[in-house]
Amino acid sequence: MGIYVLKRLLGAIPTLVIASLLVFAFIHLIPGDPASVMLGDMADAEDIAALRTELGLDRPIWEQYLLWVSHVLQGDLGSSIYFQEPVLRVIGEGAETSAFLALFTMILIIAIGLPAGIVAASFHGTRIDQSLSGLTMLFASIPTFWLGLYLIFTIAVRLNLLPTSGFPSVLESGNLANFRYLILPAITLSAPNSALVIRLVRAGMLDVMREDYVRTARAKGIAEHAVILRHVFRNALIGVVATLGFTFVGLVSEAVVTETVFALPGIGRLVVQSILRRDYPVIQGIILVVIVFYILVNLVVDIVTTWLDPRVKLQ
Amino acid sequence: MSTPAERPLLAVESLQVGIRSARGTFLAIEEVGFALDEGEVLGLVGESGCGKSITALAVMGLLPQPVARITAGQVWFDGTDLAALTNEQMRHMRGDRLGMIFQEPMTSLNPVYRVGDQLVEALREHRPLGRGEAWREAVAMLDMVGIPAARDRASSYPHELSGGMRQRVMIAMALICRPKLLIADEPTTALDVSTQAQILDLLLSLKRELGMAILMITHDLGVVAEVADRVAVMYAGRIVETADVFELFRAPRHPYTDALLRSIPRLDSELDRLVTIEGTVASPLERPSGCSFRDRCPRARPRCAEAVPPLGELAPGHRARCYFPVEAPAPQAERV
Amino acid sequence: MSAVREFLVPFGQRKVAAFGLAFLVLVLVAALLAPWIAPYDPQQIDAIDRLAPPSAEHWFGTDHAGRDLFSRVIYGARMALLTGAGVVAIALIFGVLLGTLSAYFPTLGMVLMRIVDVLMGVPALLLALALVVILGKGLFNSMIAVGAIYVTTTARITYGLTRKIAAETYIEAVTSLGAGHWRIIRRHILPNLLSPLMVQATFIFAFAQLSAASLDFLGLGLPPDVPSWGNMIAETTRYITRAPGLLMFPGAAIILTVFSLNLVGDVLRDRLDPRFKDDLAK
Repeated sequence: MGIYVLKRLLGAIPTLVIASLLVFAFIHLIPGDPASVMLGDMADAEDIAALRTELGLDRPIWEQYLLWVSHVLQGDLGSSIYFQEPVLRVIGEGAETSAFLALFTMILIIAIGLPAGIVAASFHGTRIDQSLSGLTMLFASIPTFWLGLYLIFTIAVRLNLLPTSGFPSVLESGNLANFRYLILPAITLSAPNSALVIRLVRAGMLDVMREDYVRTARAKGIAEHAVILRHVFRNALIGVVATLGFTFVGLVSEAVVTETVFALPGIGRLVVQSILRRDYPVIQGIILVVIVFYILVNLVVDIVTTWLDPRVKLQ
Repeated sequence: MSTPAERPLLAVESLQVGIRSARGTFLAIEEVGFALDEGEVLGLVGESGCGKSITALAVMGLLPQPVARITAGQVWFDGTDLAALTNEQMRHMRGDRLGMIFQEPMTSLNPVYRVGDQLVEALREHRPLGRGEAWREAVAMLDMVGIPAARDRASSYPHELSGGMRQRVMIAMALICRPKLLIADEPTTALDVSTQAQILDLLLSLKRELGMAILMITHDLGVVAEVADRVAVMYAGRIVETADVFELFRAPRHPYTDALLRSIPRLDSELDRLVTIEGTVASPLERPSGCSFRDRCPRARPRCAEAVPPLGELAPGHRARCYFPVEAPAPQAERV
Repeated sequence: MSAVREFLVPFGQRKVAAFGLAFLVLVLVAALLAPWIAPYDPQQIDAIDRLAPPSAEHWFGTDHAGRDLFSRVIYGARMALLTGAGVVAIALIFGVLLGTLSAYFPTLGMVLMRIVDVLMGVPALLLALALVVILGKGLFNSMIAVGAIYVTTTARITYGLTRKIAAETYIEAVTSLGAGHWRIIRRHILPNLLSPLMVQATFIFAFAQLSAASLDFLGLGLPPDVPSWGNMIAETTRYITRAPGLLMFPGAAIILTVFSLNLVGDVLRDRLDPRFKDDLAK
């Protein structure tokens, strides 16, 4: 297994290279001279010139790329114009919020999505399945920002049950009660994603149900619920894991809106604010971090899939 | 009350299965009846689409509900009408008192569990055994079906085994609870010729060893000749002829059976062209009135269109569903 | 004419889908005939009658600037359709181009598809935001940014389908008979792409609404004074406790439109299902 992991890591390198090229291209596609863009409107000509030399902007582009890559590998993603701090640290500060939000959302998605998908598949063709199908489609059609606002409006403001904005740190304060700030955002974020997961789990289960070995299991006299779980779901799990992985990465996207609506100090809100503030180094940094994150999640999904499916040969 | 020795192990009577499709409901099989004694092998023969698999699934209670269900008839198995049982009751009988093996060994085993585990699952569903005991039983069963190095093989995954081996595993799984009836739905069709012969031999020896009856479903008359004691021929959802196997080959009475036998080329005959049966099987939604074979039958006469012929007994133990059956040849002198 | 009837048949069977189709027609009508249907000028400010609840005069009530909400929602339909059409056009044109080219020039194709794969790994909205950073805000930039999200999926699907079709034996047969590349593409590949792309287009249209509305909400899409549903909700976050209609009416418009598009897309996909089930969008 260890060798497999190593091989997959090596295989991820070309993808990382392409990703780095894309991010580097992004930097240079932003209108305006990168140095003045990075220093912002307030900088004077001297500082700009100095930064230009430092960034090697007068050198050939491939040298600039290598220079940038070497910086990145050392953890230097540039400096935030707004915060006047290293980008990585700025991103790091938002990481706690976004990580917990993603975690809670995934828990909700798994808790709702998997059972619902299994039930829908077991009862496929019946009223239950059809209504579930309609419901999931409806929830998938709801914009997250609307749902967030709606929840704030009904639950928090009207009923005054839960806080509606901000998130005091748990790691710093050790106060677990602060997690309640994440309840509404997690619900908001999980709704459309659960809908998607339910549909995909259902589809995956239905595909497996058509397989011959399910018929064999029934021929052995196995109880239907055991057939569904041990035979159908266990095989559908492989696809489900991939779905969950891809959902997890997608959360980053939706979180942008949710964090804005709930004023959470996470990476999502940071992106929006940075765009409005023209803090380009931070934007670049976040995009790079997200792509690397995606590659890592893919890797984990691959490894888990291999572990789940004995047919995949470990070479 | 008939004693177990007197009554047949399996007696299917007037079985009818209805299927709901997008184009309407139709009967996949009608008036299907046959009997199977303990320790006997009955071959159920017919071309694809004639309903033989549906019959097997109906007996096992494996029809894909709600699309397909038994709409009439009884399935008497060892004194109980299986058609009248609830799903839960039937489930307890499946895998325990009756077993079934299927055509596609390559896809009929769950890919994520070891072969031994799948056998253990079949066993522990019906018997109160511990895991260790059950595993040992499983290994013994694998050995009985002729898998070499059974103890190691039991820890293999299905994809590590060849088609023939997987079919043996399927057989082991179906028989591990020592059922009295094994239904084999085209078990050798997907295998190469030499493996076919091995599997058939295996089935026969297991039949002797375990004292079970086999319902062998196939479209291959060669298989029937090899293993069956009695034969039932199906066409377009009905049984059209039943007979002892030697009788059937010697003196087929239904025109369809006759044509089938003629169409098998023999090495010692001189033919310019292969013999075929004209026309094709009508779809279940468009069956002709009266005898469903009359459009293709060289002996058809107006009467055949009036009503479905009954399954008449033309000789002891030999029945055919035809108004104008083929004449029986004179009894042959025994060949020495 | 019978093609239209054929198209409508499955809707007769499923009431909910029929409702979806009807609603879309409604949206289309509203969008096309907005200037004639809307009772008020959507930009007309009324300092006195602010945040009014629904009434005979103002069916949906008024917003914080006294503007008639009903008229604004109707004009919002225009923006929704416009944006949707633009996104679908960009996604299909560039996606199909990219996909077929990649399929036809295998080595270049592999590289391109690798890049597409990485781009697909960037979550949708983030990709759109990145493009907004480069391009700036505004209607067309919004369309391009959101369109880019779906160029990648369309390209991948087209690539897969084209390769599959090209590998089928009848293409070999036709090629050996002397048919040129363009002819093959035109007569054999494109027609087979038509159905799955139509289904794709419907779903893209649906999700583009959500992406575009999100961009508007964040203030990074259409200019704030343009009456799009996303903008309307963005402007009024402070006032929804006093006038819930400000959230509910534009919200319902978005939700019902996306829902209807999804329903129609589902029906379309079922009609074309057997052959293309594996390749289609989620």
